[in-house]
Amino acid sequence: MTQESSSSKLSPHAARRGDPQRAFLDWAREALFPSPGQALVSLALIVLAGWIAFAFLEWAVFNAVFSGSDGGACRAAPLGACWPFITHKMGLFLYGRYPDAELWRVNLTYVLALAGLVPLMVPGVPYKLALSLYMLLVFPVIAFILLSGGVLGLPYVDTALWGGLLLTLVIASVGIAASFPLGILLALARRSDLPIVRWSAIGYIELVRGVPLVTVLFMASVMLPLFLPPDVTIDKLLRALVGVALFSAAYLAEVIRGGLQAIPRGQYEAADALGLGYWKKMGLIILPQAIRLVIPGLVNSFISLFKDTSLVLIIGLFDLIGIVEQSVQADAKWFSPQTAATGYFFAGAVFWIFCFAMSRYSSSLERKLASRVRS
Amino acid sequence: MADLLTRLTDRKAWTRAVYDPQVRAVVFQALLVLVLALVATEIVLNTAANLKKQNIASGFDFLTRTAGFDVSQSLLPYTSKSTYGQAFLVGLTNTLLVAALGVVLATALGFVLGIARLSPNWLASKLALAYVELVRNVPLLLQLLIWYVAVLRAFPAPGDALALPFGAYLDKRGLHLPHIALAHGGWLALSILAALALAWWLKRRAKQDQKSGPAHSPSLRSAGWVLAGLVPVIVLIWSSLGATVRYPVLGRFNYEGGLSIEPEFLALLIGLTTYTAAFIAEIVRAGLSGVPRGQREAAAALGLSRRQALRLVILPQALRIIIPPLTNQYLNLTKNSSLAVAIGYPDLVSVFSGTVLNQTGQAVEVILITMAVYLLISLATALAMNAFNARTAWAER
Repeated sequence: MTQESSSSKLSPHAARRGDPQRAFLDWAREALFPSPGQALVSLALIVLAGWIAFAFLEWAVFNAVFSGSDGGACRAAPLGACWPFITHKMGLFLYGRYPDAELWRVNLTYVLALAGLVPLMVPGVPYKLALSLYMLLVFPVIAFILLSGGVLGLPYVDTALWGGLLLTLVIASVGIAASFPLGILLALARRSDLPIVRWSAIGYIELVRGVPLVTVLFMASVMLPLFLPPDVTIDKLLRALVGVALFSAAYLAEVIRGGLQAIPRGQYEAADALGLGYWKKMGLIILPQAIRLVIPGLVNSFISLFKDTSLVLIIGLFDLIGIVEQSVQADAKWFSPQTAATGYFFAGAVFWIFCFAMSRYSSSLERKLASRVRS
Repeated sequence: MADLLTRLTDRKAWTRAVYDPQVRAVVFQALLVLVLALVATEIVLNTAANLKKQNIASGFDFLTRTAGFDVSQSLLPYTSKSTYGQAFLVGLTNTLLVAALGVVLATALGFVLGIARLSPNWLASKLALAYVELVRNVPLLLQLLIWYVAVLRAFPAPGDALALPFGAYLDKRGLHLPHIALAHGGWLALSILAALALAWWLKRRAKQDQKSGPAHSPSLRSAGWVLAGLVPVIVLIWSSLGATVRYPVLGRFNYEGGLSIEPEFLALLIGLTTYTAAFIAEIVRAGLSGVPRGQREAAAALGLSRRQALRLVILPQALRIIIPPLTNQYLNLTKNSSLAVAIGYPDLVSVFSGTVLNQTGQAVEVILITMAVYLLISLATALAMNAFNARTAWAER
């Protein structure tokens, strides 16, 4: 299929002859067998690709178990995937231990998030500013009330019950939303003329970028309670969020700084000539241009933050990977040789879909930006 | 006195001061320092109070106390009677070991994949693309779990180990290799060092000759290169004639006698290598396609083959683009090695921020030391790569 379609792309003159089989053969000779050496490489790669595809199909389909209410059937098929493990645990993987009766609150939060995000991401839709303000200021409040409850007659749901994909999304989005303003401030501070401000920002950014997220999370989970007054207790999820936000702020600051540096000098001077003060100059002239310029970089940062949320497993929170890992290791009912592989495959597929979609979006934006600059 | 009073009450002077950028800068920075100092004092006071309340000692005395736990893999002599300080060193060397090996392997794999991405062979470039997109978009932690739990731990028990060539075995306890002890190790090391020194000197001479014409006859120079290549090989043959090889033999529970590599180490190394290689491949691809098309065409016009053009014309220029982001990837790999804690490889974080922290409770000291070590490693790598970069980058015309 893909070969057919790309054949017309790669050698148009062959496709023009009208004979698809002939065109395919021409294309194959050009792209795969131009010389004896290349032909050998191609043959080896065809065998390799075929072997990988066949081994995967064998595991995922031919030898796999598709139904059952516990691991019994899976134990009988030690070479194939154990799909009923996923279908039975789907609720746990997606929502953690969030009470069944309250799941509509999570789903409503997703719908509200999509209602803001989709028009924001599609180019050409108006009201971008209003939508961004909704996503940054209004939505977080609504989401917090909906998910956590305790007011307006909604029963309180402890954060210890949040888990799975829900927790992954919460940590990633709160992390990016909280670190965004902090990242802007740090980027501005790093380019400030005031030496103390500049050196504080440089110190913070380089310090955080020089250490692994694991140590920052350890610090947030073990040291943060020590830093606060003795009578203040702080939620485990909140600690992780503080750690993630402080960590990603340093990376976002560097991305935004790239945008600030790319703004021509004339823009700064024009703002000065208009008599604008520092904050007006930055807020009205420089930042809107700089941030639009680095949107692809911001999306890439969000992708790495999204992947990095899995590290909260290490401080005992159960995001998607954490809860899959826990079900794989601790649930004796579903124990079988392929339970672990199946669970990891599911978690990997979910992460892959999210990250791949975001990276496609970021590169399409990048292409659009590049074409705008050239014209 | 009266003068000062009039100046202090002069409203215009105050207004002028409020709008003076220099005055504002001083006031603003003083405020920042004040706020930072207040936050720092608050943190220090709170921490002291909390530690006192929880009866946790402070200071670095714990480093000399007996650790009392075992470590599964160690390059240094270590027993459960060793101190926390020694446990720290063991963790640090384990981190450095996996990071150094990972950097070398990931660079090799990444360059192969990056070059394959631009190959005229359709299948090679598409397979490399599929690899990059697959590996880049899945969290490293999950990949480590897959390698450790789903792949390496799924190998058979020692009894039915998978036999590999050269008398090696792979089972769920890890990879068991023959242990080779070369004879005359000192001479071997000496000859390699001498050959390296000779090669370095010859290279320098060649550079000088290029500038000011040959000072020695070409045959003398070739003799030097032959000597530099041949001597270590002869010494290697001589020392492998007397080498003793101990093959792993299945004992009562496990393979014994050979060189055993723990599955935790293998999983971490494979995971870090394959993950970082995907990022390096993209960097290499961007670097290679960043070299202007004319360079490739000029190389072809000079009659260089594709391989020669890549090695002599394209790569040296691409390296200038590649090295800065490559440095970042090396640093990422080193930092990512801290995920070892999830699969139980005794790296710095796992041994020190994990076990030692739990046993002593001295969170502040332990985490500060750990962070300082990573900062130092980052700084050292950045400095080394900057020096290398300064040498490869040449002035634009």
